[in-house]
Amino acid sequence: MVGNPLTRNIDFSRPPLDLGAYEATGGYHGLHAIARGLEPADVLDLVKESGLKGRGGAGFPTGLKWSFVPMGEKAPKQKYFVVNADEMEPGTFKDRLLMEGDPHLLLEGMIIASYAIQASKAYIFLRGEYTDSERILRKALAEAYERGYLGRNILDTGFDLDIIMHTSAGRYICGEETALLNALEGKRANPRAKPPFPQVSGLWGKPTIVNNVETICNLPGILAWGIDWYRSLTKGNDHGTKLFGISGKARTPGCWELPLGTPIRELLEVYGGGMRDGLKLKGFLPGGGSTDFMLPEHLDLNLDYDDIAGAGSRLATGTLILLDDKTCPVGMIGNLMTFFSHESCGYCTPCRDGLPWVDEIFREFERGNGTHRDLAILEEHVDYMGPGKTFCALAPGATAPLGSGLRYFREDFERHITEKRCPYKN
Amino acid sequence: MSSMSERLIASTALPADYLNEEEIAEIEHERTLYPDTRAVGLEALKIVQKHRGWVSDESLFAVAEYLGLPVAELEGVATFFNLIYRQPVGRNVILYCKSVSCWIMGCDEVKEKISGELGIDYGETSEDGEFTLIPVPCLGDCDRAPVMMVGPDQHRNLDEKNLGEIFARYRKGRD
Repeated sequence: MVGNPLTRNIDFSRPPLDLGAYEATGGYHGLHAIARGLEPADVLDLVKESGLKGRGGAGFPTGLKWSFVPMGEKAPKQKYFVVNADEMEPGTFKDRLLMEGDPHLLLEGMIIASYAIQASKAYIFLRGEYTDSERILRKALAEAYERGYLGRNILDTGFDLDIIMHTSAGRYICGEETALLNALEGKRANPRAKPPFPQVSGLWGKPTIVNNVETICNLPGILAWGIDWYRSLTKGNDHGTKLFGISGKARTPGCWELPLGTPIRELLEVYGGGMRDGLKLKGFLPGGGSTDFMLPEHLDLNLDYDDIAGAGSRLATGTLILLDDKTCPVGMIGNLMTFFSHESCGYCTPCRDGLPWVDEIFREFERGNGTHRDLAILEEHVDYMGPGKTFCALAPGATAPLGSGLRYFREDFERHITEKRCPYKN
Repeated sequence: MSSMSERLIASTALPADYLNEEEIAEIEHERTLYPDTRAVGLEALKIVQKHRGWVSDESLFAVAEYLGLPVAELEGVATFFNLIYRQPVGRNVILYCKSVSCWIMGCDEVKEKISGELGIDYGETSEDGEFTLIPVPCLGDCDRAPVMMVGPDQHRNLDEKNLGEIFARYRKGRD
């Protein structure tokens, strides 16, 4: 059986498979399963049973998310499905791989998801900078229309679907799903108040589902090969495979599809090739810039939502960023704070005013002017900008590396203060 | 004050055919993809920028007038999104990643080299008008850091040695 459903067709030594070649490898079997008589409710049940969780960062169960969309005759006629392809989490490079490696997998997943919630219009909200992804997806879209997999009355199911490519004009906050909807509507991308949730009132006030690229790429396999197959893929508690990446100073950084539940050590040592010569692992962010640091002592945990949560962090995007013992942790956290400070949408006070303050303190540490009073202010901001204190998850995301960094790398902050310079600089 | 009012006067004197046929055709195509004019507004800014390199006050006024959108609202959108340029840019825009993975792999040192070679810092355009340097968040190629874009092209594994050759490819008249 297929063990790598997300990447099985990906080979960057040649162009991605066109529609015909994708079909020849078993592609669009999920769509044909629908055409043979699966009802939207059947698709929803399959996805619920599969245990699929969102791969964009939050890890929310996909079937549960869909289940809040009004269905049946009384439901609004117009509903929308949106793929969040606005990959911009620092250190995350997995959705690009899927879109550029196997575009029809994403399109088939979109058709399945749109059918499940009966959305006749779907948007790909693509990062504007991903010009290669845009070119490759547009070609695949044209092929799908020509083959009759998009458009009116797809495969005689009575189901219509148009997929529209939207390239974003930028800003990290668009990854937040309600901010993304505002951006699609041509507004400033400030997040919206919830409730109402997008499932009920989303794009232009209509029921809308927003899912991450990788999440959607799981759907064709689930429909083609079934629940038992999908649930057998894992090595851990959560189901399926996931893309895992390594960036930083490993010997062979990269991105690979592995079963959920794979030990972190295996990812680092077998796939990443271990640390470069002369370097030791000091810590790592397990799922992008908005996750809490983990330590070498956590390497024997598994890449699983619960295991990582047990160590006080989040699996999130599954792309590890390595901190080695010759790289300054204060500098690394400072880099992240600059990023979050720039990307605050400016809507709520703790985020708009707190992040630049925090960032400026890191600049002072870099210049050798950090004080213990500054450390106390940083500590306070972990609380002031934490979960529940802000309008959306951006600033709480920033407090993840900040709070854990202050805890784990205290000694490095102290050395900046006592030595009045960055001890990692020559 | 005077420059603002001059600008406003200039706006009302915009020629009716400020937007060219191609731009209008593309804007009209966008109308078929979105059920609401505001969404078309952002797309229209992207279209005008594609044709003219950036979004001038005149372009902003023209788009607002053409679509019947409030200028202030469109300006609010134009200034929110970092890929809409409200100032002139060089022939090639360099989007330089300075996010965490690239930072670990030495993007600050490579950036100094770029600044030295082109004589520009972030937000500036080289004297010959060829390059504008703009920092961007993570470009999604973190296993091949440091990374930048020049125009529509991604360049990976940057180091002090391969920069010169990359920039040479984009200078006018060279291939």
